[in-house]
Amino acid sequence: MASNAKRARRRVAVIGAGVVGALIARELSRYGGEVFLFEREVDVGWGVTKANSAIVHAGFHEQPGTASGRLCVAGNALFPEVCRELGVPFQRIGAYVLALADGERAAVEDLRARGEELGVPGLALLDGDEVRRRLPHVNPDVVAALWAPTVGITEPWALALAAVENAVDNGVALHLGEEVTGVAVEGGRVRAVTTGWGTYGVGAVVNAAGLAADRIAALAGVPVPRITPRRGEYLLLVDVPPSLRPAVLFPVPTPHSKGILVVPTVDGGLLLGPTAADLAPEEGEATETTAEGLARALAGARRLVPALPVGNVVKAFAGLRPEPAGGDFWLGRTGVRGFYQAAGMRSPGLTAAPAIARGLAAEIACDLGLALRPSFSPLRRPPPRVAGLPPAEWDALIARDPRYGRIVCRCNRVTEGEIVEAIRRGARTVDGVKFRTRAGFGRCQGGTCTDRVLALLARETGRDPEEVSVQGPGSALVVGRVR
Amino acid sequence: MRTHRVDVLVVGGGAAGMAAAASAGGEGARTLLVEEGSRLGGVLDQCIHPGFGLHRYREELTGPEFAARLVAELAGVEVWTGQSLLEVEPERPRARAVGTAGAVEIAAQAVVWATGARERPLGALRVPGARPAGIFVAGLAQRLVNIHGLLPGRRALVVGSGDIGLIMARRLHLEGVEVMGVVEIRPYPGGLLRNVIQCLDDFGIPLLLSHTVVEVHGRGRLSGVTLAEVDETGAPRPDTARFVAADTLLVSVGLVPEVEGIPFAPRDPTTGGLAVTSRLQAAVPWLFAAGNCLAPFDLVDTVAALGARAGTAAARYARRELSPAPAVAIGRGPGVAALVPSSLVPGEEATLYLRASRPLARAWVAVGAGIVGRTVHGVRPAEMIGVRLSPEETEALARAGNATVEVIPA
Repeated sequence: MASNAKRARRRVAVIGAGVVGALIARELSRYGGEVFLFEREVDVGWGVTKANSAIVHAGFHEQPGTASGRLCVAGNALFPEVCRELGVPFQRIGAYVLALADGERAAVEDLRARGEELGVPGLALLDGDEVRRRLPHVNPDVVAALWAPTVGITEPWALALAAVENAVDNGVALHLGEEVTGVAVEGGRVRAVTTGWGTYGVGAVVNAAGLAADRIAALAGVPVPRITPRRGEYLLLVDVPPSLRPAVLFPVPTPHSKGILVVPTVDGGLLLGPTAADLAPEEGEATETTAEGLARALAGARRLVPALPVGNVVKAFAGLRPEPAGGDFWLGRTGVRGFYQAAGMRSPGLTAAPAIARGLAAEIACDLGLALRPSFSPLRRPPPRVAGLPPAEWDALIARDPRYGRIVCRCNRVTEGEIVEAIRRGARTVDGVKFRTRAGFGRCQGGTCTDRVLALLARETGRDPEEVSVQGPGSALVVGRVR
Repeated sequence: MRTHRVDVLVVGGGAAGMAAAASAGGEGARTLLVEEGSRLGGVLDQCIHPGFGLHRYREELTGPEFAARLVAELAGVEVWTGQSLLEVEPERPRARAVGTAGAVEIAAQAVVWATGARERPLGALRVPGARPAGIFVAGLAQRLVNIHGLLPGRRALVVGSGDIGLIMARRLHLEGVEVMGVVEIRPYPGGLLRNVIQCLDDFGIPLLLSHTVVEVHGRGRLSGVTLAEVDETGAPRPDTARFVAADTLLVSVGLVPEVEGIPFAPRDPTTGGLAVTSRLQAAVPWLFAAGNCLAPFDLVDTVAALGARAGTAAARYARRELSPAPAVAIGRGPGVAALVPSSLVPGEEATLYLRASRPLARAWVAVGAGIVGRTVHGVRPAEMIGVRLSPEETEALARAGNATVEVIPA
């Protein structure tokens, strides 16, 4: 019993396998001790992580003196290394903040001053002529712009998936589809977490529960203000000519948000949005788009780039981001010993995540007396991806496994081999395959390949097709057999 | 990488590609047909309903039967299935394909592009609401039902009255699915009249013209959609909005020519398909095209006929018998929604395939401000109008320097 209690004190429960929780679990796996990662969804990164602008910010939008400002700059600097270790796409394409009227010039200058105070490298103010020369496609009314070369783009869900894979390789126990329903606190410190499946004695709990972080904090009796779900609507365009996607474009920010952006995606598309609509806390799952929101996203984007190829729109979607009262992240130790916050991850939460994870893991290791584990490996073996692979390497891959020669998703050139590998690595749903391989993410949005993905999921997991879902329980793709 | 040398490379083993390969082979050209799927047929394979072949074979066949006829015509043609074409060099007819045996370079004299079309997804319409499971483009649902034997849902609504949507409304009805109706934003159907009668009217499935889906509902799986009538501009009228419960939404809102594999070849700005002359030849002279990668056609018989012409032309090009000829651009005048080809070769016979932008009881199809004219009865946007031009007529149009097509109510 005593040894059990001792063992429990070296255990950490991370609640939430979004990009923040995933990276924290990975950082914790550098140390001795046990790590549990709990996620109520059936896959990794399906909350806030799945639907956001996918931007790695430079930091100039943040106020000096805030945690979000400091950690954004630090997180941006860590991104190339983290993405290289984990085999996740990251392109540092830079961003422009466009001042479209004389009245907006001061805002751009202010952003530069802020950014320089925060230590954002490489910022430059450009006059209208220079912007028009560099970006012939933008609104010709542009009078000035801030150029920020350290801004990048990535795939947040891919980062979360890769971080979890690496964490699991380093001994983290992943518990998907397991919602935390209780946090036991005795004598002012956390003792256990309870889920639908059981109770786990722990010495530390990390609250990375995204939109549910206020609820999880309340379970531990940690007083926090409520989290407001802020809905952002987006339009996704595919196959966009490179001339229309050289860099991320921002308008000048409002006091409320960074505004509606034009964001290149890592695979040749453009994302327009987000809008910003605050929902009631109980609407934390309302990811529906609205006619007004989509119209506003398009109008906002057209203000930056008048001639957008609207015919290339293949998807409208909405994501929710947690808007913490007070406007800054909730991080680190709380009044309950062993209960740590990694919550209120508004933008730039994605950017800050690697820095938050590193700092928080070190703090927890210090508090629990965990030493670094020499056997930790930061490297994930990335799954093979044939798109963009040199022909000789692709041929070698096919020689090893012919399924890499059978293309299933034509739009994004994804083979059966890649889908089987994604399933081997944990994909159990159609969306799970999509987010891991990009099959179904392209111009036909799965119209051509979904039946084959379904068949592969059924075959590889030994289930009937009726048992395969799109995104977890209650979302079956097919309901039965024909007569 | 090994190199495979042929005269004519045909890309795509559907109706257009098989017909092209058959006629190129018939011309004596060494012909290779490359198909991505595990067998030939393309979309014909999943079209188990009858209605094919009335023109080409003078009998009514199902899709697989039509495909089997074409397969039987491929004697002497080399066929590779399970092979995806990766890229074509912009400068010369060289391509790279991949399959389970690795990559192969194909060196040809001419290429026929016959990759068909893909279905427009619901996302392209920017319909607001949720994104639950249960939304299928109609062709995907057709594959699930007819190829895999799987039922997509129990209570379905079809948005868009394209032919696949109409066919699938009947198909699901026959499988015991409650089909709530077919919703069409335009005041007339998007599919063939015979399909409206045989797929909807005969089974009492309502066709809701001038209606659209204004919101999608459901978490997890679809729970229903909100429909509304639209006004003359196509804008939904909020006072007419009503909820229809359904677990399945089939989407049949148009086809988009699949030409992404040849980004260097100019596209026709009105159809989005490959721009070709009346010889079915692209701006890149060794490239020919046929079928739905030009524009979505109404009948597979037409597609096969185009394929045969493209295959013959490609074989002649490969033999250096097709001399270069200047082509006159064909203009799109009022009343024309889609038109193939993009230009005319003067002094040669040509066929124009066009869709009118609205239904007309009687229309005058005028080319070159009346140099050529045809009267057409019962014009429907769903049905393509074929206008055959004689060598003298194409010559006259070229001389006048005007080959603009108009569809005028008459």
